[in-house]
Amino acid sequence: MSKPQRTLKASTITMAHGAGGKAMRDLIEDVFVGTFDNENLNKLEDQARFELADLQVQGRKLAFTTDSYVVDPVEFPGGDIGTLAVNGTVNDLAVSGAIPKYLSCGMILEEGLEVELLRRIVTSMRQAADDAGVTIVTGDTKVVPKGKGDKIFINTTGIGVIPEGVDISAENCKPGDKIIVNGFVGDHGAAILNARGDLALDVELKTDCQPLHGLVQAMLEICPELHAVRDASRGGVATVLNEFAESSEVSIRLMENKIPVREEVRGVCEILGLDALYFANEGKLVAVVPGDKADAVLDVMQSHPAGEGSAIIGEVIEGYAGRVLVQTGFGGERILDMLVGEQLPRIC
Amino acid sequence: MKFVDEFRDPDMAKAILERIHTLVDEIPQAQERPLQIMEVCGGHTHSIFRYGLEELLPDKIELVHGPGCPVCVLPMGRVDDCVAIAEQPDVIFTTFGDAMRVPGSKKSLQQAKAEGCDIRMVYSPMDALALARKHPDKKVVFFGLGFETTMPSTALTVKQAEKEGINNFYLFCNHITIIPTIKAILDSPDMYIDGFLGPGHVSMVIGQAPYEFISAQYNRPLIISGFEPLDVLQSLLMVLEQLKAGEAKIENQYKRIVPDGGNMQALRAVSDVFELREFFEWRGLGSIDHSGVRIRDGYAQYDAERAFALPNLKIADPKSCQCGEVLKGVIKPWQCKVFGKQCTPETPMGALMVSTEGACSAYYSYGKIEARNIA
Repeated sequence: MSKPQRTLKASTITMAHGAGGKAMRDLIEDVFVGTFDNENLNKLEDQARFELADLQVQGRKLAFTTDSYVVDPVEFPGGDIGTLAVNGTVNDLAVSGAIPKYLSCGMILEEGLEVELLRRIVTSMRQAADDAGVTIVTGDTKVVPKGKGDKIFINTTGIGVIPEGVDISAENCKPGDKIIVNGFVGDHGAAILNARGDLALDVELKTDCQPLHGLVQAMLEICPELHAVRDASRGGVATVLNEFAESSEVSIRLMENKIPVREEVRGVCEILGLDALYFANEGKLVAVVPGDKADAVLDVMQSHPAGEGSAIIGEVIEGYAGRVLVQTGFGGERILDMLVGEQLPRIC
Repeated sequence: MKFVDEFRDPDMAKAILERIHTLVDEIPQAQERPLQIMEVCGGHTHSIFRYGLEELLPDKIELVHGPGCPVCVLPMGRVDDCVAIAEQPDVIFTTFGDAMRVPGSKKSLQQAKAEGCDIRMVYSPMDALALARKHPDKKVVFFGLGFETTMPSTALTVKQAEKEGINNFYLFCNHITIIPTIKAILDSPDMYIDGFLGPGHVSMVIGQAPYEFISAQYNRPLIISGFEPLDVLQSLLMVLEQLKAGEAKIENQYKRIVPDGGNMQALRAVSDVFELREFFEWRGLGSIDHSGVRIRDGYAQYDAERAFALPNLKIADPKSCQCGEVLKGVIKPWQCKVFGKQCTPETPMGALMVSTEGACSAYYSYGKIEARNIA
């Protein structure tokens, strides 16, 4: 079916664009359907429909996840809220070993939003969806009065198929397993902090936003028994490791000097007294791999474009359940806990 | 990273640690009871935990984590005053990030913000002044907090406001001074501290001279120390060298930042704008004479204490809190009755659990594994 033909002439979003009438149709057909442009969406039904048989060819289980995106600023070096909204949900599917297939897109727009900005965001979503091999098949749009939102909030829900035999879970970590990350940690968190402009730091920081399903599939090929994988988004690597240690009732020990942190990100942390291990990432995963397979998995990761900077940063050990330790460069040791609230800059 | 990694070199640390281990065995008083060395500044406490230094030191050295965390020693009544200001109409209340979470008697600034107050995190008082310029119809209040380290930038901001004729900028002054507090600790009868690591960034402003009484009257060594792990270790070594030689001198390990005479321009700005208060209330330590500053009459129009009606109530710490004893080194954080039980970083009861620089919070979050197991 060819895509609908209505066009949106307005330059800013008004309440009319959420009111269900012609203005809303203009917005949906021109901006969303026009850009996402696929058979399922173009039918303008209230739901997307897919053949079960097509999915069953690829595996026996579905993975299903949802996430909302509220980042400020909405555009930042290396991406925007649209790239995040696609890759974030793709990655939540990917780290289960699933092959991501379909996404929904729910948008809450604030009255007064520039249509040009919205078009840029939607175009990024299409681009990111193409890169990740997923299709945005259904959606919803609401408009809230000025001041009741913050430009744009996006929710995406994703469906993927888990190939047979894959069982990745935070409960699987065992003493002797190695901890691997796929590159520099903390880039996204530092980039967002810097993009807000309050710091007036003269550094170039870019988000690391990227889809991870290709990398995870490559890892599974060499090591089908991957124990645990999670993307280290909000709360960072520190939070994921604490979740692993808790769910598997083990201890984890990190080697501080093995953790890849970009010089610029370290700089931001040094100045503000923050810790990159708690910074959000949007294209980084933490994997727990059986010790005897760790080197092979690392090789595969390092030769994948999404894992060039991969490194073994620690191991699972016997000990107090749920505890993450960091071995400092000095041979000292400290506990790496979950954050209590948000990370706050120190006074002096 | 340049100017950072040099001060975190593990090989050099090892060499200094070896000398520390040898030296401590040669100090007579260390053979009778552990030496108590206080790091005055919260920045040092943070480094000590961040790099796991404490467990690398000999058992004969006990580090006492001093009162130099301005967020920790802020009394609850003062937080209540902040909230009272923030709740007034047309106020934008600005603060450094780590003061957001400090509990008042009813709520923290973070909670007040959630309830609708316009409270914003800033990185410098100049950011607050910029807000005042941008919002001439609002009253922009800056929560001035910290020791001599942050005092000059606040003083200069007030002077800048005057120079530009900005009339909607106010300072809620809670700046405190370190010297009277060290003196109060030295005067306390249950104190056994053998030597001090002096605050690096405070000293960058006030210089070396104000500490002389510590050696002259109390016969204790103090080493002005930097904040990198090697700085801290070298300063400890310098304390031990003095103790071994039976000396008590004020020395400056942090010469790359701290000039012996301090920063005259900064001191001039501070004394232009501020004067000593008769006393100031410290959380955990109580009232200490001349330990805080207020805005001079000449700058009265910028003084939030005069511009706003404040509850100004004294709220006592819960009785079960033993922050004062921890601050003076009488007990270790985990020996406090409520440590890790009623008092945790999520629900801090006492001052020292509040900021990541507070000794109890540092022990709880980073600290010695055994300490946490005891709790």
